[in-house]
Amino acid sequence: MAGSDTNRSQPLWLLAELTYRCPLQCPYCSNPVEIAKYNDELSTEDWIRVLQQARKMGATQLGFSGGEPLVRRDLEELIAEARRLGYYTNLITSGVGMDADRVKKFKEAGLDHIQISFQASNEELNNYLGGTKSFRHKQEMARVVKEFEYPMVLNIVLHRKNVDQIRDILDMTVDLNADYVELASTQYYGWSRVNIDQLLPTREQLARAEVVAKEYQEKMKDRMKIIYVIPDYFENRPKACMNGWGAIFLTIAPDGSALPCHAAAQLPGLEFPNVRDHSIDHIWNDSDAFNKYRGFDWMQEPCRSCPEKEKDFGGCRCQAYMLTGDATNADPVCDKSPHHGQLHADVDRIGSLSGTKEFESKPLVFRNMRNSKDIMSDRTIPA
Amino acid sequence: MNNIPEIAPTFRFQWEEAQDCYVILYPEGMVKLSGSAGEIMKRCDGIKSTEEIITELEGAFPGVDLKDDVRNFLDNARNNGWIRYKP
Ligand code: SF4
Ligand code: SF4
Repeated sequence: MAGSDTNRSQPLWLLAELTYRCPLQCPYCSNPVEIAKYNDELSTEDWIRVLQQARKMGATQLGFSGGEPLVRRDLEELIAEARRLGYYTNLITSGVGMDADRVKKFKEAGLDHIQISFQASNEELNNYLGGTKSFRHKQEMARVVKEFEYPMVLNIVLHRKNVDQIRDILDMTVDLNADYVELASTQYYGWSRVNIDQLLPTREQLARAEVVAKEYQEKMKDRMKIIYVIPDYFENRPKACMNGWGAIFLTIAPDGSALPCHAAAQLPGLEFPNVRDHSIDHIWNDSDAFNKYRGFDWMQEPCRSCPEKEKDFGGCRCQAYMLTGDATNADPVCDKSPHHGQLHADVDRIGSLSGTKEFESKPLVFRNMRNSKDIMSDRTIPA
Repeated sequence: MNNIPEIAPTFRFQWEEAQDCYVILYPEGMVKLSGSAGEIMKRCDGIKSTEEIITELEGAFPGVDLKDDVRNFLDNARNNGWIRYKP
């Protein structure tokens, strides 16, 4: 049953992670903690080949992301090629490394949309979380982006340290004339998993934030679309992660490895094919990694016989692996999962400790190459 | 006269070979258009007025009264932000 239909799927969404280099150090970064391993980056020619092959297979949306994609000197060239091929091209950036001149060049090359991330709505917290003095520059860049008539998305990752400022954050996005605002709750893999004790919001915080988000959604509905998603650790059903494994998403990491989801590199027992060795067609249709969790045959109970499996595909494979040790289990966010109780117990433990002095003063592990090397060599994380 | 529709600069309209239809593209999203919607959007070029678009479509698909359909679709398209009227 599985397969026949999904095999005809198309990689509609291509996420090109051009580099893991980044001038910022966000402690919730969703990049793998092993970023220091990825120094052998694809060449311009490699990327152009990837763009051409994926486009032929139906890819329409293209995200240039990272790390910080602006670090790549060939970004203008890649944008121009993407435009020529007919992609809708999204640049997902921190804004650091951008200036008006470059924004103009991107426009000329045919870039369609720019998404800028902010860490917070005030200078001090923004710069602290990003590990750089970037706040004013980001604001200036947001204004430049609108001057060039781009649709602009502002993205703010929410967590315990900034979620109480949601009203200020939304006021800032209104001032900057955003077309879309993504209030993205931290997903706990990559660096945010390392920092989860410091980042997971409390239930009370979320309840308050939701009221404000709804208020602005209603108030701004003619001008700005606000997307607000609560962290799924607080839910009873998982998200339909990636719309299903190998269904529409294709991520290419900086070293050329192809992944069905940008967090999938952590899954054990999977060999992710590399675009240096294989065509996108082969990777998408024939590789073991992309077929592994396609369809429903790989599922265990309770998912296997669950009537909701076509809706959520059993949730997130990475989350199932991280929290249960087996990627074929149901995502523990689901209350039918035998691990659900443990997950909520953890959430409550963090909730009860948050606010206490010793707990809050525990330092964040910032996302940088040194910490990455430390984590990989299993040394204790610098305190 | 402000009844000349054009595609809004924050959206892109194009033919998608792999989907076999016209689509509207916007940040991280895509809407596939029906055949008739595609025929209308294709004519929102910032030159033709709504009346001219209707006349042209009635020429291309004779015998059908398209006036209401076109106007309804354009209202919708405008509410979605896909088109705007030239000032
Ligand atoms: S989340 Fe922060 S550290 Fe990670 S890539 Fe984005 S800007 Fe850089
Ligand atoms: S049991 Fe599995 S398929 Fe059913 S709702 Fe839970 S996660 Fe989804």
